[in-house]
Amino acid sequence: MDLLNINNLRIEFPSRHGTIVAVDDVTLTVQPGEVLGVVGESGAGKSTIGNAVIGLLEPPGEMTEGHVLLKTEQIDTLSAENKRKIRGRRIGMIFQDPLTSLDPLQTVEQQLVETIDLHLKLGEKKSQERAVDLLRQVGIPEPELRIKNYPHQFSGGMRQRVVIALALCAEPEVIIADEPTTALDVSIQAQILELMRRLCKDKQVGMLIITHDMGVIADITDRVAVMYHGKLVEEGTTAKILGDPDHPYTRSLISAVPRPDIRLKRFPMVNYIEEEGERTKDLDLSTHWLGKVRDFDDVDGPLLSLKNLVMTFVTKPALLKRNRIMFNAVDDVSFDIEQGEVFGLVGESGSGKSTVARMVCSLYTPAAGEVNFAGTDLTKIKSADELDYFRRQMQMIFQDPFSSLNGRMRVMDIVAEPIRFHKLASNNREVEQIVMDLLDHVGLGAQAAVRFPHEFSGGQRQRISIARALATRPRFLICDEPTSALDVSIQAQILNLLKDLQEELGLTMLFISHDLPVIRQMCDRVGVMKMGKLVEVSPTETLFENPKAAYTRELLDLMPRLDKLSHKGLELEDV
Amino acid sequence: MEQTVEKTRLQRFFNSDVWFSFKANPVAIVSLIVTAIMILGATFAPLLAPQDPFNLAAIDIMDASMPPAWNEFGDLRFLLGTDDQGRGILSTILYGARISLIVGFSSVIFAMIVGIALGLISGYVGGRTDAIIMRIADIQLSFPAILIALLIDGVARGIVPKEMHTDLSIYVLIFAIGISGWVQYARTVRGSTLVEKNKEYVQAARVIGIRPMTILRRHVLPNVMGPVMVIATIHLALAIITEATLSFLGVGVPPTTPSLGTLIRIGNEYLFSGDWWITIFPGAALVILVLAVNLLGDWLRDALNPKLR
Amino acid sequence: MISFIFKRLLQSVVVMLTVALIAFSMFRYVGDPVNNMVGQDTTDEERAALTEQLGLNDPFIVQYGRFVLNAIQGDFGTSYKYRRPVSGLILERLSATLELSFVSAILALGIGIPCGVYTALRSEGLLSKSIMTLSLVGVSLPTFLIGILLILLFGVVLRWLPTFGRGDVVDIYGWWTTGFLTISGLKSLILPSITLALFQMTLIMRLVRAEMLEVLRTDFVKFAKARGLPDRAVHFKHALKNTLVPVITITGLQLGALIAFAIITESVFQWPGMGLLFVQAIADVDIPIMAAYLVLIAFFFVIINMVVDILYYAVDPRLRADSDT
Repeated sequence: MDLLNINNLRIEFPSRHGTIVAVDDVTLTVQPGEVLGVVGESGAGKSTIGNAVIGLLEPPGEMTEGHVLLKTEQIDTLSAENKRKIRGRRIGMIFQDPLTSLDPLQTVEQQLVETIDLHLKLGEKKSQERAVDLLRQVGIPEPELRIKNYPHQFSGGMRQRVVIALALCAEPEVIIADEPTTALDVSIQAQILELMRRLCKDKQVGMLIITHDMGVIADITDRVAVMYHGKLVEEGTTAKILGDPDHPYTRSLISAVPRPDIRLKRFPMVNYIEEEGERTKDLDLSTHWLGKVRDFDDVDGPLLSLKNLVMTFVTKPALLKRNRIMFNAVDDVSFDIEQGEVFGLVGESGSGKSTVARMVCSLYTPAAGEVNFAGTDLTKIKSADELDYFRRQMQMIFQDPFSSLNGRMRVMDIVAEPIRFHKLASNNREVEQIVMDLLDHVGLGAQAAVRFPHEFSGGQRQRISIARALATRPRFLICDEPTSALDVSIQAQILNLLKDLQEELGLTMLFISHDLPVIRQMCDRVGVMKMGKLVEVSPTETLFENPKAAYTRELLDLMPRLDKLSHKGLELEDV
Repeated sequence: MEQTVEKTRLQRFFNSDVWFSFKANPVAIVSLIVTAIMILGATFAPLLAPQDPFNLAAIDIMDASMPPAWNEFGDLRFLLGTDDQGRGILSTILYGARISLIVGFSSVIFAMIVGIALGLISGYVGGRTDAIIMRIADIQLSFPAILIALLIDGVARGIVPKEMHTDLSIYVLIFAIGISGWVQYARTVRGSTLVEKNKEYVQAARVIGIRPMTILRRHVLPNVMGPVMVIATIHLALAIITEATLSFLGVGVPPTTPSLGTLIRIGNEYLFSGDWWITIFPGAALVILVLAVNLLGDWLRDALNPKLR
Repeated sequence: MISFIFKRLLQSVVVMLTVALIAFSMFRYVGDPVNNMVGQDTTDEERAALTEQLGLNDPFIVQYGRFVLNAIQGDFGTSYKYRRPVSGLILERLSATLELSFVSAILALGIGIPCGVYTALRSEGLLSKSIMTLSLVGVSLPTFLIGILLILLFGVVLRWLPTFGRGDVVDIYGWWTTGFLTISGLKSLILPSITLALFQMTLIMRLVRAEMLEVLRTDFVKFAKARGLPDRAVHFKHALKNTLVPVITITGLQLGALIAFAIITESVFQWPGMGLLFVQAIADVDIPIMAAYLVLIAFFFVIINMVVDILYYAVDPRLRADSDT
């Protein structure tokens, strides 16, 4: 007998722009002890399904068709009170952000006991014992002591374990997990996923796991359902869906996932979602403004040379210097980047990689060390006017497409700002022409110029950012996690664009990411950072096949096992 | 991309969620109309008022204390009755509203300029400057605006020689009410500036090389104005009330240019003798004005709040 | 915890000294103290002698120090108008203002907080919407107008309640006079306290409502619901507590403001409190009273702020984290 049955579900959200169909005729089943993954990109409707099953659909959303069955009982038509009785007791839910899922004013014990007592009616003492036992099961050390702590006294990963304990404490039959590991560090992710999988099998609980991350899917799911724009496009065992997908969307999704084990020339077949930015005209780079190689001289030796960089931040401010607590975000980092090279900087959050990037482009002033660009130490330059000459040569692309553009400026003005500031064109008409050419060149089309950022999607906004970065005709581009906030298929498109631009314009790049497979696709050499220190610098292939540092090996081990993923249609790069 | 290209600012506005929520909200529309009527009435008081109540030659003591026109003892010349000096209440309200609005708007603008400037500097520069400005703000915030306004007024009275009192008192009043209100703006702008400062588009501008002043002006300021407008409407209501209160207490505008508050004070003395209209009508005008401004502020806050849409 | 209290005390002292500085500057430099104290026909020599005697030629710091020392002992000099020590004048009226503020505070909190919670939980209901509309009107009515209207209705038209003064008061404990112990005293308290409380009540209500609505949207409330907790537990155990924490600070400030807003109410109702004294002092430019009032109000505020901060510290476990871990 099926544990959970979702039949022909349709969910609509009426709005002033018309009715939005978030979920369209979706049918899913979950068996006891089985993990079903629901995968899709943002807007696919997967979270909405989770909310609907547990009866917490946000108004004005409503279920207009279909029904949900738990074992044989139909639960979507129950009264509000009966729905509440099911929540926690028969269906448990885990949300994405552990930092905000717990009541900050109550101890863990209070929250656990409250839920246990409510559903299982064990009384205070027995509930407390059970609570301690649960914490032990989810792997929290010294549970008898820690149970008296408040949520803020636990780290993110620990908090998610508490959340899992809370979801399981009333012995539900089904667990719905909505992006349970997205907010966690890679090293913690693996542990949490393993925990969830083990608990699921041990207790024969059916789990519905909602995610956009293929690594998660490959790791713990038995079966997968693929969603696109509210519709279920394909469903099957994990091995089949990942290894031999039928539907073109699934195929294109799989092919867009960066692989840890191979390097591709480009990501293929990603046109299903958005037309991959088409350029309407080819720029003859030998004569066009963009290709005019720049009045900068070639350098002998590396373009960028960092020596003994140090950056300290104050964690505990105090009036007296000796009372302040500081920590080294970047601790004695040195490396070189040759002209035309793509250098990757990888590490977990807090490793200092973004800080290094910001020191290179002078957003932060290093506490010590040299930033040598084209032979000149930028840290020694005092006047802003002198620095402008170097600023022109290096530009940066940021991570968050939604905050890297000023929402109140038109795209034309955003991209034109650097041209106007550095006076790189002689009159306004020239500026406008350059901007439109740039927008076309990054695949957005010249008509984008009159629009505002909010009219564009995340991927399109990143293209605008890229156009802006190119507007000073730089020879050095810093990419700080440029695709981490994007869906997998969009990421593939943007990475393709960056690769194309790098080749055409001979750009030197510093590419920062926490995602090793992406690094493998993009970079020639890689530096690995841990807690402010550079632990290894090697060519990409060497790093992945034969790492020198122990930490590098750790990171490589934590990469998701994506060998199940199909290799169809992928063109390998000759290395 | 089939979306229509939104060309002008005006088109953008009419297509926005803000305008949509306005059209859908009858209360907001009514309050806007009421506020507009009062503002227009006050601005064009000299043209609209049936009589000029402050022209000593035009008033006749024989017309004193007449009830509103619909009362059997009333006169159509004075729709809302007259006060103890024979001035038409409708006219005094129009002129009074004018003063109330002038003082109200001016203090708000003054507070806005000071508050926005200090907030931007505090938020963007940070460090010691920020700490000092915020300390001052915190200390000032402990005292209610009315107290500060009263104190400044009192001190000014002591410092300024008596002959110049009448001329300067309106400026002193504007200054007093303005100074008592800058903190809210500064705090909000500082908060928004801190948020925007760390946003990547500001960092992108810095990487390009744009100078701090330009960044503040071109990038930060437009993005912090939203909450400022909401505060401004609330503050306008408060400023009008504060001015009315001060005038009621006798320490606001000089008697030669009475505001609605002064009128209420004058009429208060006749309340017990039965001439209720001398106080009630100016009182009603004040309440309607403030209510309309508050309603607009409420609607604006909801309309600009992205989470509620 | 101890270091926290110590730091706050230190801050409070700094604030008080700053306020004292402002008060002192007003006291000394606005108008001429000597001029205000002597008659027309005092000779120049006598003036000079008086100036010397009062120590008005001493350096700024010395005079300031003297001012502070005197203030700590409660000596604020002599009122220009009444020719009596300011401290005496204020003490006479202190109990009147404090009693009024106390009753208003109870009203404002006692009605404001429950209404705020109710309108947040049942935001769609008719009663909610009516309360919200009334609150909007409440915020738009200036305090003095409310007073006038109440006087008109209950005093003039209905003749139920007294319209001015405090009624009969009873002396207890030296200088404190109370109106709580007589019928006329209690009756006289009704209208003024409602007037004073109304504005604050609506502000508190709107604040609590806004804060509660925010909290109801948080993830942990969603998670609590997902665990099947009944509405009562979610709303009152989890949401309400989290709402009240930030509300504590603002309510503290509001209550302090009550003492200052009493100025208006006292004027309308001729309530013999400090506020009335202060307003008259402004009109008369009686600087010593103004200075004393400023320092006194600052003192109340500082105490209230400190209590609020300590309460905050005691209630929110996140603030204690700095000292523990």
